[in-house]
Amino acid sequence: MKDTPLEIGRAAPRFDAYAKLTGKEKYASDFYAPDMLWAGVKRAGVPHARIRWIKTDDAIRIPGVLSVLTSKDVRGTNRQGVVRKDQPVLADDKVRHCGDPLALVVAEDRETLAKALASISLDIEPLPGVFDPENAMAQGAPLVHEENPEGNLLLKGSLEAGMGEKGFEECDETVEALFRLPSQEHAYLETEAGWAIFKDDILEITASTQSPFRDRYEAAEAIGFDMHKVRIIAPYCGGAFGGKDGITVQSLLGLAALNNPGRPVKMWWAREESILASAKRHPARLYYKLGAKKDGIFHALSVRIYFDTGPYDNLGGAVTALGLEHSGGPYRIPNTSLKAWAVFTNNPIGGPFRGFGVPQVTAAMEQTVDMMAKSLGISPLDIRVKNALRRGDRNPAGTTLTGSTGIGECLRKISASRLWQESETWKKASPPFKKRGAGLASAMQGMGYGPLIPDTANAKIELTQEGLFRVFCGVVDMGQGNASTYLQIAGEILNQGLSGMELVLPDTARTLPSGSSSASRTTFTYGNALITASKTMKKRLLERASDLLMAKGPEEMTLVPGRVRHIPSGKEMPLSALAGILSDAERTSVARYRTPSAKDSPTRDPNLSLHGIPHIVFSYAAHAAFVEVDTLTGLTEVKGFLAVTDCGRVLNPQIFEQQIQGGIAQGLGYALCEELKTDRGVIRTPDLGTYIIPTSIDLPDMESAAVELHEEMGPFGLKGAGEIAMNGPFAAVANAIADACGIRIFEGPMTPERVLGALEKKPSCQEEG
Amino acid sequence: MKIRFCLNGKNLEIETRPDRRVVDLMREDLGLTGTKESCGSGECGSCTILVDGQARLSCIMLAAQLEGRSVTTIEGISGEEGLHPLQEAFIAHGAVQCGYCTPGMVLTSLALLGRKPCPTRKEIREAISGNLCRCTGYQKIVDAVKTFASERKVYQR
Repeated sequence: MKDTPLEIGRAAPRFDAYAKLTGKEKYASDFYAPDMLWAGVKRAGVPHARIRWIKTDDAIRIPGVLSVLTSKDVRGTNRQGVVRKDQPVLADDKVRHCGDPLALVVAEDRETLAKALASISLDIEPLPGVFDPENAMAQGAPLVHEENPEGNLLLKGSLEAGMGEKGFEECDETVEALFRLPSQEHAYLETEAGWAIFKDDILEITASTQSPFRDRYEAAEAIGFDMHKVRIIAPYCGGAFGGKDGITVQSLLGLAALNNPGRPVKMWWAREESILASAKRHPARLYYKLGAKKDGIFHALSVRIYFDTGPYDNLGGAVTALGLEHSGGPYRIPNTSLKAWAVFTNNPIGGPFRGFGVPQVTAAMEQTVDMMAKSLGISPLDIRVKNALRRGDRNPAGTTLTGSTGIGECLRKISASRLWQESETWKKASPPFKKRGAGLASAMQGMGYGPLIPDTANAKIELTQEGLFRVFCGVVDMGQGNASTYLQIAGEILNQGLSGMELVLPDTARTLPSGSSSASRTTFTYGNALITASKTMKKRLLERASDLLMAKGPEEMTLVPGRVRHIPSGKEMPLSALAGILSDAERTSVARYRTPSAKDSPTRDPNLSLHGIPHIVFSYAAHAAFVEVDTLTGLTEVKGFLAVTDCGRVLNPQIFEQQIQGGIAQGLGYALCEELKTDRGVIRTPDLGTYIIPTSIDLPDMESAAVELHEEMGPFGLKGAGEIAMNGPFAAVANAIADACGIRIFEGPMTPERVLGALEKKPSCQEEG
Repeated sequence: MKIRFCLNGKNLEIETRPDRRVVDLMREDLGLTGTKESCGSGECGSCTILVDGQARLSCIMLAAQLEGRSVTTIEGISGEEGLHPLQEAFIAHGAVQCGYCTPGMVLTSLALLGRKPCPTRKEIREAISGNLCRCTGYQKIVDAVKTFASERKVYQR
């Protein structure tokens, strides 16, 4: 079965499944060696403070402690970040959130490490903090970065189309609401981990990361070491979802290893440390106002969005820009005024998380759409279909859609589904004290980095001496299965099965720079590069084999698993034999691909373009949630869920479904139970016992279908599928609860407490319509 | 202290501290890194092992508790002849994504199947509800266990 050539469009078992199922796969957290050291960090524990003194003498005197390092020992810039470099490796002047690292300890074992960390005392002067994004922009608010000329503002963005706000003057109906969305923890099961060794003048760092090539220069610059002597190795991640898109342990490990040459040093954050120190989905406050004509045609949209980015950029500007660009949803709205602010606070760090700003705006927009439908007496489905974007339209951000645009098809497929068709009957059959409702949401997700940052991948494939095709995977597989899809792409072109292929995981010394595993770009960008590399390889192999076998030309030749065949004579040559004849240069093929950018200029603000606006390729989805609300307890159970997705052609139906189901699961957690609670910057849900992610009994069986429109630019017609499913569930559930009970919860997640509270208030202001 | 137990079918006598966490014993001392650690406090199920056939959390167990027991880790599930059919079912149904919860999921499911050979989907969901997964939404894991249970006769032939 492993010899069966891989084919595009057919479900193939994942290449990584065997090693993961047998426990053989080595994640970054799985490294141990007899001479291994442990590194750990002393964290601030207070949200805002000036650092006077870090007392390390007691720690360094503990037997088995090798190093106790502070910012004074950092030789580089001591600043990390992708766009704005503002996050210290070890805090120097100030503490800006509770998770800031102050001292790095390296010890012989974990017990000694813990003892040493506990013995470090901090002399710090508490400063007034700022914990609300709107207050943070007020005059006189405490400043998170005193040197920032814009106070606590990280990024401000504005997009205007048509008549902007004036468009409301021509509307028959207007609805308005304020939505509050919580911070969401990634809760990847493998917490931040890695190990490093400084040997033979090379600093080698193995880390659970989504971005090894970027980490390499970011860490090198921050700790002051020659980038060319830094090697980053990125094994499969035990989950990442955006939370490992950037530096976590890398610089600290580099620092630890440089100070302890020749010995491997490991760092592995405990769950509580992970929740304390890692970036999370931005909490957001969104003011929405939508105007429409009597017939339900959208005419004007005004949006003000505040993203709490915590103390550091951490791609928060880019997250905000993507939220802004998607804030009007997949609809034609001729007059828009869209504004967003990313604001520094002393709350936990806001950063990339599957959807990258889009789940927040979709939660708000899609509820606003339902409110409009209700006001006008139009069904939620009809109003969406009426306004759904088509190819050639401009989206609310002002970008002309030149590629496949399947939101209309997604909605029609929902409408025709059994679940939707039977929903009225199902709702009527609700048990005592329970109410049932169905809710819809549309969603879209742009792909890639946008116009300015080159969205590039460099693929490499080699025919080994053994006659196997070795794919040098340049983009991390954080669990989504892109590495398997790369083999499938190469296998399809070279007509090989899994047994004829090998994989090299991202490693800055072996694979080629191909960007981060993020932005729904992973298969799109690297896949396109790999198609070219594989086709070049195929052409060369057929040409050389044709000469060797005295054929008339390569058109008489074909590749079969493990061999090349001369079709007219039936003569075959093993690929290993062919490989033996070829030079090293001939056995390798490389190709580069850069995702094109949109030709519109919806913004003249160069800062917004830098942060990614506009995108040109979008995936779309329509989601339907079927919920049952217990009117006695307020508990909402999702009884059914249907997702119809347009992410172009599906290359591997099983991997596609994995992404959709997983995205829905995280989206339902976001909607119903996940809330990172903070009190003046201090996290009140510090572990998995208090921060609740969905378990197997909290989720329904989900249905998923694809609208397989061909995307011209995509590899074999594909568009990214990694993020889109995260965006719809919140609003679909909110709309279903409104359908069931006539209440709308304007603050997420929609916990039993909030639902019950709204049910009790129902006769007054909370009631809809 | 000396601890004697049976690990993946082999009798073992090791010298360790009685309060050594079993997860550290497995991963660090015995090199069995298929047993994962994710929360360190019994909340996530990643470190699940089988102790006398029962699913147990090795991050909240101490070495001394293994005395005289029979322990199975994920490394002990597949034999010389290949994968356990439940592992095959996980592959066939696409139940593995990042894979970090996978060993715990497989072992918890095996413990369930040991006491209940033909569980319903609901029973499967209840049995694995102590094992968190952040990638799959659980559906394909339930599919894999259910199919394995239904087709067990075929697998056992």
